[in-house]
Amino acid sequence: MRQQNSQMVAKYGVMIALAMVLSYVEAQIPLFYAFYGMKLGLANVVTLFALYLMDIKSALLINMIRILLVSILFGTALSLAYSLAGGLLSGIVMALLKKSGKFHMVTVSVAGGIFHNIGQILVAMAVFETASLAWYVVILWFTGIGAGVVIGLIGSVLCKRLQGFFNSVSH
Amino acid sequence: MQIKRWKADVLFLAGVLLIGAVFALIFFLCQKEGARVQIWVAGELMETLDLSEDCTYQIQGVKEGTNVLVIQDGEAWMQEASCPDGLCVNMGTIKRNGQSIICLPNQVVVEVVDQADSLEDSSKPDAVAGGRE
Repeated sequence: MRQQNSQMVAKYGVMIALAMVLSYVEAQIPLFYAFYGMKLGLANVVTLFALYLMDIKSALLINMIRILLVSILFGTALSLAYSLAGGLLSGIVMALLKKSGKFHMVTVSVAGGIFHNIGQILVAMAVFETASLAWYVVILWFTGIGAGVVIGLIGSVLCKRLQGFFNSVSH
Repeated sequence: MQIKRWKADVLFLAGVLLIGAVFALIFFLCQKEGARVQIWVAGELMETLDLSEDCTYQIQGVKEGTNVLVIQDGEAWMQEASCPDGLCVNMGTIKRNGQSIICLPNQVVVEVVDQADSLEDSSKPDAVAGGRE
């Protein structure tokens, strides 16, 4: 039991750290600042890894912890709210889709991308008490799809490679 | 990966794109070109400018922050800003009702409104002024 616990801690640590690094790296690329909140979400590749190579609970936890840490380190209280909402909503939707067993990783990722943005806009609309931000949904809906496809493709390619790492330490 | 058939995925993606198209359609159909631009700083309406009159207006944001708004040919955009992230400058141009450009650090909100529209609709800036950072 003890050995399994420390292995879990180590695995979580590696995943969270990886997600944080990807978050940071992505932030260095100024490409995605055409519109506020528009980004690739590279760290979500790790979420996909966790979802497919570990289990749903781990995936959600790793995602949330990473969001918390990244927002504390690099963000603001407001960005934390956005990211938590987005991460929670997209995480749940992705978990449901994956659990149904009917969809490939790319599709799960697309759903994740869309709902992450929806979560963010909902929070923004609540914070600013206005519906006038709703027009962002139109743009972010499609960029969410695009980002989802890219992340999903990256994830599917890499998942196979990582299978070995995850199988060698069981939990 | 065990799943072979892509049918569910294709359906999902098609559905999602369709919904997106519907959103876009609704959005574009509902739009009216705005008549004026309201400038809010820290939750207070500072200025209302006419979209039909070209001008360059310097907005005094919070804590010595400044934003330069340009109105030209019926559109408005943020030309420059003193804030560290400059996101508002990259937000593009606005000209339709409801569109807005927001500068969080300077607590500036620029929104396009109707002729008839007034303060009743724009209740939002309170939350910005309450900023908890």
